Amino acid sequence: MAATHGGYYLPHGSHWPITGSIAIFTLAVGTASYFQGAGWGPWVMLTGFAILVFMMFGWLGTVIGESVAGSYNEQVDRSFRWGMSWFIFSEVMFFAAFFGALYYARIFSVPWLGGGDVETSQLLWDGLSLNWPTAGPGYADFEFEYMPAWPIPTINTILLLTSGVTITIAHHALKAVDREKLVKWMWATVALGVTFLMFQAFEFYEAWHHMNLTLHTGVYGSTFFMLTGFHGFHVTIGTIMLIVISLRCMKGHFTPENHFGFEGVAWYWHFVDVVWLGLYIFVYVLV
Amino acid sequence: MSAVDHAEAHHHDGPEPGLLRWVFTTNHKDIGTLYLLFSLLMFFVGGVMALIIRAELFQPGMQLVDPYFFNEMTTLHALVMIFGAIMPGFVGLANWQVPMMLGAPDMALPRLNNWSFWLLPFAFTLLLSTMFMPGGGPAGGWTMYPPLMLETGQAFPFVIFAVHIMGMSSILGAINIIATIFNMRAPGMTLMMMPLFIWTWLITAFLLIAAMPVLAGAVTMLLTDQYFGTHFFNAAGGGDPVMYQHIFWFFGHPEVYIMILPAFGIVSQIIPTFARKPLFGYASMVYATASIAFLSFIVWAHHMFTVGMPLAGELFFMYATMLIAVPTGVKVFNWVATMWQGAMTFETPMLFALAFVVLFSIGGFSGLMLAIASVDFQYQDGYFVVAHFHYVLVTGAAFAIIAAAYYWLPKWTGNMYDEQLGKLHFWTSVVSVNILYFPQHFVGLAGMPRRIPDYAVQFTEWNMVSTVGAFLFGFSQLIFVWLVIKAIRGGVKAEGRSWEGAHGMEWELPSPAPYHSFQTPPDISKIVARGDLHS
Repeated sequence: MAATHGGYYLPHGSHWPITGSIAIFTLAVGTASYFQGAGWGPWVMLTGFAILVFMMFGWLGTVIGESVAGSYNEQVDRSFRWGMSWFIFSEVMFFAAFFGALYYARIFSVPWLGGGDVETSQLLWDGLSLNWPTAGPGYADFEFEYMPAWPIPTINTILLLTSGVTITIAHHALKAVDREKLVKWMWATVALGVTFLMFQAFEFYEAWHHMNLTLHTGVYGSTFFMLTGFHGFHVTIGTIMLIVISLRCMKGHFTPENHFGFEGVAWYWHFVDVVWLGLYIFVYVLV
Repeated sequence: MSAVDHAEAHHHDGPEPGLLRWVFTTNHKDIGTLYLLFSLLMFFVGGVMALIIRAELFQPGMQLVDPYFFNEMTTLHALVMIFGAIMPGFVGLANWQVPMMLGAPDMALPRLNNWSFWLLPFAFTLLLSTMFMPGGGPAGGWTMYPPLMLETGQAFPFVIFAVHIMGMSSILGAINIIATIFNMRAPGMTLMMMPLFIWTWLITAFLLIAAMPVLAGAVTMLLTDQYFGTHFFNAAGGGDPVMYQHIFWFFGHPEVYIMILPAFGIVSQIIPTFARKPLFGYASMVYATASIAFLSFIVWAHHMFTVGMPLAGELFFMYATMLIAVPTGVKVFNWVATMWQGAMTFETPMLFALAFVVLFSIGGFSGLMLAIASVDFQYQDGYFVVAHFHYVLVTGAAFAIIAAAYYWLPKWTGNMYDEQLGKLHFWTSVVSVNILYFPQHFVGLAGMPRRIPDYAVQFTEWNMVSTVGAFLFGFSQLIFVWLVIKAIRGGVKAEGRSWEGAHGMEWELPSPAPYHSFQTPPDISKIVARGDLHS
């Protein structure tokens, strides 16, 4: 069901994309219905999610099979590289929206509401002064603690930066055809990712239950949890990707010349790392 | 030079039999066709909504629909036309043309290409189904400003997810187009040899990847404000409803150029063909496109001059906006200079392209007026704005898509379309579209607000004229549908080079183009030597 044209591999027909569309549609309908209080919502959500996982296994499995069978040439490899680079760029822009919200709240809306813009502050909450981090002028008496940069976020920064080093060591091992070393350092990277996630989960738990810092804690809580939450979600995805790649390393799927799967995941991991540095500075250190 | 060199390859390369071919296809032409048909369908769905709006506005007072339904129509009309008609129309053209114009066999990532398209019908099923939900569909305008948007009933999360899925589709499509342009060019084809349609799409794809995720972020914040207690857009929590507008328009303004840059590319292909002269100022066209794309990211707040920004902000966004007139002026000048002393003929694609240049410029001029912050206080949220963006989107973007369809229809179907019918379509369209939108400048300047089902009696006459124009324009489009069906079914056989003055690699292929465009890359040096590519 496939043909090569001028050396460029062209698949002929695939049922995976439509499976993916059905999955996304089911997931959307289930989630939206759940938000609107339908009891069956979560079940539809789960079904959609299951189809999505099935699609990912099937689609990526097909691509891995074609790659291992040697169907791809250098040009196909470059297409994958362009595709992954621009996908990561789109992810960066998604985070940019939330960073934008954080800067806007800190530079404009909170200072304005706290007296910086005379008309706004007099009209709404006259005489109230606000300082970041805040739950907002409507909740001036709301008690909460902000999340300091020490200890967990700093430890997490070290963990992620270290994982960037370990995956690079693994990459060098891959190029040197040292599979034992490669696999060892890949699992070390996975372990660092998982440890990061455990710390992050612990931090969320502490924030929610002991610091009164939740999604409801005004614009500080909103930006804090949305930025760190989406980042944590991306680390989770990245860790799953790392696990898959580690297993593929063990199976010997990659050669020094041909290992885009490895590099794509490594790029993604570095992206997650860089976003974290932005978070560490703007959400934790400069709080 | 034929791309189908081997009988054996030909045997394997035909489309799959049966209707499922369209669901599973990974072929750029099949997917292009799906996109274009979907775009046409949505053009009519959104068009019917527009006619409901215009019918209600035929005279003052409440006639046909209740105000909530009217607001639903304005909201959905915009969402359907932007995300369902214009954007998929351009992506469909890119799918058909980009591999052919680059000398490639197909798009770089064929399976992903299928997915980009097949997300759209699901997204629009979600969106349009909201009309039948308790509480009705979204009615707060396509911009979905909080807090009004948060008053939406059952439909709310469905609309948000529909927007997410449309965004996914656009991003995946754009990634594919960039990968194709960077990686699938025939050997020897440098970036500065690429046809303008390719250049404008390359830059548009970049805009899509940069802007669509920001929209996804904005509507995600709406969703969490509604269901998870966040306070992004609530002043009580230290947020600001105006923050939504900033984030939205950071997406929204590049989006405007997403809908016009490919149109610039199309016109830059058509005018040289029918003027029988190479495009004037090729390099300046490329730089102008890139400049417009850059500027599109730093002008967003001109959509919100009246929300209460600091004076420095008003001034910055005013001047930055006016700056866009410079590269746009370069383009209009180049199109006119291309025609200067050309051996011009006026086939339907050329007529639509010429109408584009004139009428888009009118929209550009009214845009320049709107850019003046001080006078925008009068124009904002009025019919002048409506007239402005319909001149750039209907006589701009939509006319360009129609022009492109006429221009490349012989290549796609292998048959020449009916020129008489094409001219009839053009003249009815171009006359009625001006009857429809030009009076809206007058009522707008006189103070008629937009998105209101009723209006003061002094606006009656021009509204009647506008409504008559709307129905004429709407029904004129049926001529186009008939013409396309006719061209698909038969007609005078088109040659490989369907137009005498056409240059570019798509014309090297026979008409209709073979299923896999270029199985072996064409010899660029010969094509350049003949003057068929810029060099």
